[in-house]
Amino acid sequence: MARPGGHPLVAGTGDVMAVLTSTIAWFLDPAHWTGVDGVPSRTGEHVILSVLAVVIASAIALPAGLVVGHADRGERIATAVAGIGRAVPSYALLILFVPFFGLGFSSALPALVLLAIPPILVNTVTGIRDVDADTVEAGRGMGMTGREVLMDVEVPAALPVIIVGLRTSAVQVVATTTLAALVAGGGLGRYIVDGFARQQDDRIVAGAFLVAVLAIVTERFFTWIQRQLEGRPGTLRLDVPIAPSPFGGRVAD
Amino acid sequence: MIRWDVIEGNLPLIASKLLEHLALTAVAVGIGLAISALAAYFIRGRKRLVGPVTGTFSLLYTIPSLALLAFLVPVTHLSFLTAEIALVSCTLFILTRNILAGLAAVPTDALEAADAMGYGRFGRLWHVELPLALPLIMAGIRIATVTTLGLVMVTALIGFGGLGQVMLRGYNFRNDTLVLVGFVLTVALGLAADLGLGWLGRAVTPWSRARGT
Amino acid sequence: MTSPPSDAHRAATVAFDHATKRYPGTNTARSGAVQDLSLEVPAGKICVLVGPSGCGKTTSLKMVNRLIEPTSGRILIDGQDVASREVTDLRRSIGYVIQQVGLFPHQTIGENVATVPRLLGWEPDRRRTRSDELLTLVGLDAATYRDRYPAQLSGGERQRVGVARALAGDPPVMLMDEPFGAVDPIVRERLQNEFLRLQADLAKTILFVTHDIDEAIKMGDLVAVMEVGGKLAQFGTPEEILANPASDFVARFVGVDRGLKRLSLSRVGDLDLLPAITARPGDDAAEPRRRIMANPLEYLLMIDEANRPIGWIGQRQVPSGGALSVLMASAMSPLLDRRTTLKDALAMLIDAEVQVGIVVDDHGALEGLVTADEITAFRRRGAEGSGT
Repeated sequence: MARPGGHPLVAGTGDVMAVLTSTIAWFLDPAHWTGVDGVPSRTGEHVILSVLAVVIASAIALPAGLVVGHADRGERIATAVAGIGRAVPSYALLILFVPFFGLGFSSALPALVLLAIPPILVNTVTGIRDVDADTVEAGRGMGMTGREVLMDVEVPAALPVIIVGLRTSAVQVVATTTLAALVAGGGLGRYIVDGFARQQDDRIVAGAFLVAVLAIVTERFFTWIQRQLEGRPGTLRLDVPIAPSPFGGRVAD
Repeated sequence: MIRWDVIEGNLPLIASKLLEHLALTAVAVGIGLAISALAAYFIRGRKRLVGPVTGTFSLLYTIPSLALLAFLVPVTHLSFLTAEIALVSCTLFILTRNILAGLAAVPTDALEAADAMGYGRFGRLWHVELPLALPLIMAGIRIATVTTLGLVMVTALIGFGGLGQVMLRGYNFRNDTLVLVGFVLTVALGLAADLGLGWLGRAVTPWSRARGT
Repeated sequence: MTSPPSDAHRAATVAFDHATKRYPGTNTARSGAVQDLSLEVPAGKICVLVGPSGCGKTTSLKMVNRLIEPTSGRILIDGQDVASREVTDLRRSIGYVIQQVGLFPHQTIGENVATVPRLLGWEPDRRRTRSDELLTLVGLDAATYRDRYPAQLSGGERQRVGVARALAGDPPVMLMDEPFGAVDPIVRERLQNEFLRLQADLAKTILFVTHDIDEAIKMGDLVAVMEVGGKLAQFGTPEEILANPASDFVARFVGVDRGLKRLSLSRVGDLDLLPAITARPGDDAAEPRRRIMANPLEYLLMIDEANRPIGWIGQRQVPSGGALSVLMASAMSPLLDRRTTLKDALAMLIDAEVQVGIVVDDHGALEGLVTADEITAFRRRGAEGSGT
C-alpha cells in the first residue's frame, strides 16, 4: 500500500493488531475518561449539539411540512428542497459558515440545522400527502374541520413516515457533528482530527469507534420507535428513498 | 468579499481539484455499481443471504464517512485506496437495495410471459428484467452519485477531497474567496448531477412515462 | 427450430396421458393439483378446461408448455412427449395468452408482438411485417399502435395485442388462461366473437381455461369440466355436457338454466329470417304506410342506399303522404349477424326498445329480422328434440 509522498502525517505502520491493541489500551486508560477531553465530556458535547440541531430543525420543518402537506400544494417545494438538500454537502456548509459565524459551535449549529431540515420536511410533506384520500374524505364527511382532519387523521397515519424523516436527519446530524471538530468545534470528532494532527492511531480509531457506535445507536433507536408505531417488524431500511422523484428525501452527509 | 484575482491565480488548482472530485466520484460509483450488481445477482432469491448482506451494507452506510476513513487510515494509510474504500462503502447500500427493489418490481405476469415464450435464463434477465428494473437502478445511481459527490469533500482530511481541498485550503489560509468558490462549485456539481442523471434516467426509460391514450 | 412455412399452419393434437401433479403437504382443495388427467384434443379444435378455482385447470395448462412439470404421466403434442423437447424450443412453438396479458411494459406494441420471431432469429424486416400483419389481424391499426407502449392501451386493446403476440410464431398450439377475464363484459363479448372468427381461419389447437361455464360453452368445441382435487368430471362437446351431465357436480356446475345456455350453441343463421318492410328516405309515404298498416310488426324500417338500416318509424308516425325523412326514424334495434349466438341475441333484444333484431351481413346491409318469440320457440323445439 503506497503512501502518497509528502503526507507523513500518520504514524500508522499498517499493523492491524498493533493498532487494535493500542486502541484497547487507549480505552482502558483512566485519563481518557475524565476532564474536558474525556470520553463522557466529548460524548456529551456530541449528543447535546446533535439533539439541539434536530430539535431546532424539527421546530421549523414539522409545522411547515404539516401545513404544506395538508394544503396538498407541496410537490414542487418538497422536490426543490430535496434536490438542494442532496446537492449541498454538509462539509461544505460547515466550512462556508466559518467566515460568517466564526469558529466552533456558532458555525456548527446553523450548518447542522440546515442539514437536518430537508429530510424532516420532505418526509412530513410526503407522509401527509400520501395518506389515503378516502380516509381523509371520510373524516371530512363526518364533519371534521381541516385542523381536525390534519391532527386526528393525517398526522397519525403519516407518523411512521415522519419518524423515518427524523431518523434520517438524526443519523446525518450525528455523522456531521463529527466534522464540527474541523472548524474547532467539540464532540467526538475531536479525537479523530486531533489523532490525525498528532499522528496517534489509537486516538483516531477510538474516536472512529465511538462515532460509529453513536450513529448506529441513533439509527437503531429511531428504527425501534418507528416499528413500535407501525406495529410490525421490517427488514429493509426505508430512509433512503428508492426513487428520488417526485419526493427525493436523501441528503448527502 | 469575492476577489477575482484570487480565482484567476488559483484557476489551475480549482480545475485540477474539480477533475479530481469527478474522478473520485466516478470511480467510487463505478466500482460500487459493479460490486452491487454482483452482490444483487448472488443474493437474489436466496432469502438467507439477503438479510446479512444488505444489513452489512446498511451498517457501512450508517457509519459516518469520517469514522470510516479513520478506521482505514492506520491500515491503508493516506492513500487513494483509503478514500475509495470509504466512498464505495457508502454507495453499496443504496445501489444494492435499488437493484433488488428494481428486480422485485418487475411484474410477475411479464416474467411468466417471458418464460412461456421461451426466453432462456440470461435472455430473460437481459431483455426483460434489467430493462424493467432500470428506472429504480437509475434512481439508485442518481442518489449514490449525488451522495458520493458530497462525501468526496470529507476525504480532504486525508489529502484528497477534490473541491473539499479547495475549501479546506481557503479555510486554513483565511481565504474566503476560495471557500466560496469551492462551495458554489460543489453545489453546482451536485445539482447538475442530480438533474442530469434524472434526465438520463427518463431518457433511457421512455416507456415509463407513457400513460393514457 | 422453426417449422417450415408449409406445415407451420398445421395444428397439432394435444394429449394428456395420465398426467398428475401433486403438491407436497397441501390439502387437495385449492391446491391446483391434477389427478390422473387423460384426454385428447384433436388438431384444430378449441378445448375449454372449466371448473371452480383450485380444480387444477391452470396447472393442467401450464404442464403443456412445462411452466409446471407433471409429477407423473405425460403430455404429448402430435404424439411427442413434451418432456423430451428442449424447453425453450417447446415454448417458442406454443402460443400463450394469460389474463394479465403480461405485455412487456418497456417494449412498444410492435416489439411485443415480435417477441417470439425475435427469439427465433427472424430478420428485423420480416419481424416488422409479421407484427403489422398480426395487429391488423386482431383488429388494431398497425400504423397507430405499432409504436405505442402497453401503458397507453385500454384493457381490451392489450388483450388483442396479447393474442397477436401469442400468434406471432404461428404456433400449432395455443394455451389461453382466462384470456378475456380482465375486461368488462361488453368488451369480453366482442373479443370472444372476434376470436372465434379468427379461429375459423387459423384452425389452431387451443386449450382455453376459464371458470365461466357460459364462456366454456360458447368458446369450446370440446369442454373438460374439472372439479376440485384435479379430477376430470366430464369431457365432451358442449351439447353433450348440457344434455347429459355426467354427475351431480357437473349438473350443478352447469347450472339450472341449461336450456337457456343451449341457446349459445345456436346462431342467428340457424333461424329463418323474417322479411322487413323497408323504405328509403325520400320515398313517398303513402305506399309504405299502406303496407305497414297491414303488417303484424308495427314498425317500418328505414334503410339507406346500400341497404344499411337507419332506424324504425312507428306505425303511427308514418305520415299519410309526402316524402319520408331520416328524421322520422326514432328508434333502433340491436344489429345482429348470422354468427351471433341466440343467447346473445336474446339478451340484446330484451334490453332493446323495439324487440326485433336486425340481421345484417358483413357490409352492414339488411338480411332480415329476428324476434325474441322466434328464439324462444327455437329453444323449445330444441329441448323436445333432445328429449330433455
